Order: sequence, then C-alpha cells, then structure tokens
Amino acid sequence: MSAASVNLGDEVVMEPEVLQQLLESLRSQGYQVIGPTLRQGSLVYAPLSSLADLPRGWGDAQEGGVFRLRKLKAPIFFGYGVGQQSWKQFLYPPRRRTWQARREENGFQIQLPDEDAVKFAFIGVHACDLAAIAVQDKVFLEGPFTDPHYRARREQAFILAVNCGHPCGTGFCVSMGSGPQVTQGFDLALTEILQGTRHFLVAAAGSARGQQLIAQVPHQKALPEQRQAAANLTAQAARQMGRTLETADLKSLLYRNYENPRWDQVAARCLNCGNCTLVCPTCFCHTLEDTTDLTGTQAERWRRWDVCHTVDFTYLHGGGIRNTIRSRYRQWLTHKLATWIDQFGVLGCVGCGRCITWCPVAIDITEEIQAIRESELTTPPAAKE
Amino acid sequence: MLNPATEPMLPRPFRVLKVGRETADTFTLTLEAAGGGQGFSFAPGQFNMLYAFGIGESPISISGNPERPETLVHTIRAVGAVTRTICGLKKGEILGGRGPFGAPWPMAAAAGQDVLVIAGGLGLAPLRPAVYHLLSHRQDYGNLELIYGARTPEDLLYYKELEGWRGRFDFRVHVTVDAARGEWRGSVGVVPHIIPRARFDPVNTVALVCGPGVMMRFTVQELLAHGLKPENIYVSMERNMKCGLGLCGHCQLGPFFVCKDGPVFRYDQLQDWFLAREV
Repeated sequence: MSAASVNLGDEVVMEPEVLQQLLESLRSQGYQVIGPTLRQGSLVYAPLSSLADLPRGWGDAQEGGVFRLRKLKAPIFFGYGVGQQSWKQFLYPPRRRTWQARREENGFQIQLPDEDAVKFAFIGVHACDLAAIAVQDKVFLEGPFTDPHYRARREQAFILAVNCGHPCGTGFCVSMGSGPQVTQGFDLALTEILQGTRHFLVAAAGSARGQQLIAQVPHQKALPEQRQAAANLTAQAARQMGRTLETADLKSLLYRNYENPRWDQVAARCLNCGNCTLVCPTCFCHTLEDTTDLTGTQAERWRRWDVCHTVDFTYLHGGGIRNTIRSRYRQWLTHKLATWIDQFGVLGCVGCGRCITWCPVAIDITEEIQAIRESELTTPPAAKE
Repeated sequence: MLNPATEPMLPRPFRVLKVGRETADTFTLTLEAAGGGQGFSFAPGQFNMLYAFGIGESPISISGNPERPETLVHTIRAVGAVTRTICGLKKGEILGGRGPFGAPWPMAAAAGQDVLVIAGGLGLAPLRPAVYHLLSHRQDYGNLELIYGARTPEDLLYYKELEGWRGRFDFRVHVTVDAARGEWRGSVGVVPHIIPRARFDPVNTVALVCGPGVMMRFTVQELLAHGLKPENIYVSMERNMKCGLGLCGHCQLGPFFVCKDGPVFRYDQLQDWFLAREV
C-alpha cells in the first residue's frame, strides 16, 4: 500500500480490481456513486452498488438511429461509448419542484423544497460529456442569474473520467475539440489498458479530491511504456472517429443560411419528437408548470425539461412563433452551432453523437451542416432583403 | 426566511388596490406589496412575471409611473388562463409578482433629442412609463410626439389620460384607429401612415416603438424612410417567457434572450432577426 501523495497530472498505474476500492472509498465519503449499467438492452447511468454492476466485457455499436450492445472479446470495464441519457439528468434533473406555496389570509407563503443536496460521484465520464458539463456550467453558473440547485450539485460532484479507447460510431468529438482524451474538469481520469494478459489502469488526478483518492489505494508510478500505451489508446480512438464536422466559420455559415432550402428537406424527415433535445447533454431549455391541490390552498411550481421542437414552446396569445417543422429544426440546430456562441461564448455541441444515434429517422447533424456547406458551393446565398 | 429580492424565482405577494377597466378585455391593476415593505422600483420598459396563485405566470410590462414606486401598475389583456384570472381579481385580493426584468427604454440616451413614442394596441402599456418620464423631465428632451393606433376607438387604452396629454402645449398626441363607426371624428388609418404628420429632426430623433409585429415592421420601415438612423430606433419585442432570467430558453430570438437582452432592443442590433420569419 502506497500512501505517497501524487501530484496533479502525474500518471500512476493501478490494478483494475482497485476500482472496487475506489467505489467503496467514494461511498464512505458520502457520495452516491453513479455509473454505467446495462438495463433493457441499453447503457444506463444508474447507482452502482459494486464493481460487478459495471458492464464488463460489453461494448456498443452506434449508428444513425441505431444503438446495439455487443459482447466484447476483451473483459474490459470501459469498452463502450456514451449511453442514451447523459449526466445532465443528475445535475439538472428532468423534473424538479422549485417551490411550494400555501395560500394565507394575507397572501401566500412560499417554501423551498427540502434540498436533496445529493453528493454524486460519476464513474466513467467520457471527454465529450465532461465538455458538456462545462457547457452547462456556462449556462447555469456564469450568467447574471444562476441556478443554485445546479450549483450545489455541481460543486459537490466527484467526476471519475475515462479516456475513450474505442471507435465511436456517431460521435465527432475530435472535430469539436472535446475528446477523446480528457484534459480538464475531472477529479480522477482513468485509461484502461489490456495488452494480452496484462490489464491495468493508468490514472491521473485532476483535483485534490482525486489526489486523496489515489493515495488511498495501491498504485505505482507509471512507466514510460505504460504512459505511451494510454496515449496510443485515445490516439487510435481519434483516428477511428465515426463522424466529422467542419467547425470553421460555423456561426456565420448558419447565420447566412436561414433561408436555405435544406431546411425544408430536413423538415420533411424530422418527426418533431424531441429525442435529440432530451438526449443532448447540453440542451437546457425548460418550462415551469404550476399546480394546486383540490382545495386550491396549496400550490406548487415544477421545472421540467422542455423541447423546442413543439409548437407550444413559442406559444403566445393567438399562436406560436415557430409554426413549421422547418423553423423549429432550424432553431434547434442553429442554437447548438451558432447562436450559442453569441449567448455563452462556446458551441452548444460537444460531438457526443447522441442526437444522431437516438433520432428515430437518423437525422445527422454533421450531414445537415455538410449539406448546407455544399449548397453554398453551388448556389451562393441569396442577398439579404 | 426566503428573500425574494435575492431569489428571482420566488414571486412575492401583492395586494390589489384598484382594478380599472380600459376596454372590453383589458384592465389596469394598481397593486401594493402585501405586508408592507418598500416600494417597487423599475425602469420604463421593464416587465414583471405576474403569478395567479396555482394557475401560472405571465410576463406583463409595467405601466405605472417609475417615479411613484409606492404602487405597482400593470395593464393586462385577458387572453389566457393566467391573465383572465388576474383581470378577474377584486380589490383586496392577492397575486404574485417577481421582477422587474429586462432592458429598459433608453431614457438617458434620448436626452437632448426629439422623441417619437409610437404604440400600437396594448403596446402603449410598456410605453406609458416612458411617457411619464419624458413629461416629468420635459426640459431634457426636444420635441415630443406620441403616435398611438388601436383597432377601434373602443380599444384605446388610457382614454382620459390621452385627452389630458393632448391638452399640453409641449407634447403632440396623434391617435388613430384601424376602423371606426360613423360617430368617430378622429383619424382612421394605420400608425405608419401617421408618421409623416409628426414633427421631428430625423438626424436628432429617438423613436420608441411597441406594438404588434406587423405594426412594428412597417413603422420601422417608415422611420428609416424618413431618415432615422437604425441605432436611434428602439423596439420592444414579445416572446413566450417562463423564467424571465435567460435560463428557460423560451424567449430566444436568434442569439438573444428577449427577457434579459430585451425586451427593448436597439434596432440596428436586432434587424437581421427582426426581419427574418419564424425565428
């Protein structure tokens, strides 16, 4: 047992079985430990009770509109890409009561819900999802108004990141500069290596909490060849990336193509189901819903994820603003890849590929951008009116 | 103890002091903070999220006098569940409010210039605080003109007050309606057609415009045709709003969140989005 402290960023090597100790240590520190599990043929982030809950030896195949689990030959712990739902569901829950109120003679009294200030430890966060958390931080923590509930959960969360080592069918993190190698925003980052019979984890601490965790478990300084093996793994994943998206000039490309006929073409395929917004790890739009009990003396307000693909989203007295599928799909995509930059200084897309995988008709954001780019080569955009 | 001042998502209770009927479906409510407390400060053009207990919230612009913060005044058209409930409240009853939110009219930037206040329909409600400001600081501004259009004479807001303003020698008021019965002796026609009657120095004029989308579109065109600079035209936009804080995403208009970047925009900054459809 080595209790020597490690420096931030120093790479150390651990046996894979040490993961169990890491989980136990996090749990003993009061964390609710969440990680990938297999449920109903899909990859679901859920509470982990032990290492046995991790889908060891499983991988996935993702394509437009397709997600399949597949058995791997290698008995590795982290052989899969991203699941349907991101970590957003924990930091920014789909439904949450924001307050309740009791009607009184002289008005009403508002009560905040008892804060479930859950300390989460996220196990197996990929680089794209780390980038997505950083994007949501900008939305919820850096504007003139912030979300205290998000802040409480975010500041307490322990993030155990995993470097992606396998081809990602629908992702394009390399294009978005978000992966596959994690570079920041984690407490502990692992790279899992299996070379023949040699199976080990290369770990690096990204915070004091991560340093303390490493210090509690057996580890050794990583040898140069072990560090190289870790670097090779993500380099190989980067070469096998399933999709690319040319990001140069993206904002002005979309700003000058509001009337591109491609929007009609994609609108003919889009079902307006909203899957893309629900699986997107950065989509933050929500609505507020008010209810009362039967007596009318108790009222509640709930916050719920909302979907910009609905007509209701822009409803004003007399009708909606975006009444066509064309305008609503255009809003979603233009928000992700253009207006987000003006709003928050970053792109709203991290290249995780979920919107492509989980689109029932396999609409592909990278293909749509490519089509708009190519249309400009043949037909220059119409001059502004 | 919760502090609504630092918790922008929490409505605080207001008591109805007075309900005045403006038109068949539009009411002006005068409110005071329930349980005392300090008054309600705001800048002309800002709005509140008004809460009908248990039913929901609506963004409603503030229509009172910014220099009289002891009461809060809102003019509301009953068009949905929330606004119908609020318009049905009686004296003494309670509603919730949080705010004020949003970017105001440029009262300071307009100083020293002629000001055109141009309203269509309910658009006069968020402009009335600007008019109060202009009149109480009359020396700070050049020529002042109000152009106000409604569908019919019965749809005119603040009728008595308009008559009072019209009686001043330092404020020209033009009222027009889209259609009227035979007894109407005022102007009939849309707002943009009235603009040529206003007196203003185009290079030294600020226009404050609020009304239905189509009215603002043609009004802005007319102002530009008269030589106003795009950066001297201000428009107040309307969108679905849930939070008022720029977090819920509903009010997006291109890169803007109307609730926090607007509702008042300088036209030159908005024009690409203003002219596009279904944005």
